[in-house]
Amino acid sequence: MSKLAHMFLLLFAMAGITYLIRMLPLVFFRKKIKSRYIRSLLFYIPYAVLSAMTFPFILYSTGNFSAAIVGTAVALIAAAFRLSLIIVAVLSCAAVFVAVLIL
Amino acid sequence: MEQSPLKFKHGIKDGLPIGLGYLSVAFAFGVQASILGLPALFSTLISMTNLTSAGQLAGITIIAALGSVAEIMLVQLVINSRYFLMGVSLSQKADATFTTGKRFIAAAFITDEIFAVAISKRQAINFKYFIGLAVLPYIGWTIGTVLGAFSGDILPANLQAALGIALYAMFIAIIFPPAVKALNICFTVFSAALLSCACYYIPFIRNNLSEGFAIIICALVSAAVAAAIFPVKEKDNE
Repeated sequence: MSKLAHMFLLLFAMAGITYLIRMLPLVFFRKKIKSRYIRSLLFYIPYAVLSAMTFPFILYSTGNFSAAIVGTAVALIAAAFRLSLIIVAVLSCAAVFVAVLIL
Repeated sequence: MEQSPLKFKHGIKDGLPIGLGYLSVAFAFGVQASILGLPALFSTLISMTNLTSAGQLAGITIIAALGSVAEIMLVQLVINSRYFLMGVSLSQKADATFTTGKRFIAAAFITDEIFAVAISKRQAINFKYFIGLAVLPYIGWTIGTVLGAFSGDILPANLQAALGIALYAMFIAIIFPPAVKALNICFTVFSAALLSCACYYIPFIRNNLSEGFAIIICALVSAAVAAAIFPVKEKDNE
């Protein structure tokens, strides 16, 4: 299989499963989930996923470890002040940009 | 306005801020994808068929590494499982205009932000409103990806590097404030980060477990423990 064919296969697999996850409950599953444990699990998964995706990978996201630490710190501080997602991202990028120039 | 039925144009109005937000997030995604070496049109196709930030970021990492179909499907299943819950909630909020055929269409547009706006409406949601709500976010997501993916190659290297942190910074903006406020979410976020770091820094695990699998295992374990220790109340779980 060529590289491009492999990539398209992965794309369709990704899009297909993502659509199924959204479609199945909306079309077929029209009542509430009864199990409290399952509801709790589904409630916590987004936080767990985003956290596991972010750490430690954020430290390697810029190609400069020290600058990434600065960017991470700025993101945490900005988030603590409850700034909007976009503002947090912009501040963090700006911090990395400046840190790369200085460090 | 709360009493009269919601129209398509109300949806458009509610969707505008989401669309603008998606434009910038998708831009960062497009740049990231181009850094990983994906063709710009391919990245655009990903955005048009997936419409999800975290899932797509994990996805392009696996695609760039030419991972397996099983890996990408399992990773998406875990990362996007929240949409299942949202679909269940939305199902109860949808009125009779959501025929079975239209549910197949509406399903493609369930995202965190679109869901949050739709579910916050007092009255039942009709199909026209929902589609109006989804139009601008979808367009913003697509155009943002195009802009990011095509400019990714021509941006100077230091700007590219700085943009590499954008999506992660946004994830922090999503998880950090609720984690500071609530012990159960704090536990979830902290334990998942700790496990993920362990998988990354312990050579034996790192050499035997791909990044995608490591992330979903860490996430599932910490969410499963959190659910056992801190079962959610009815109202937490829309």
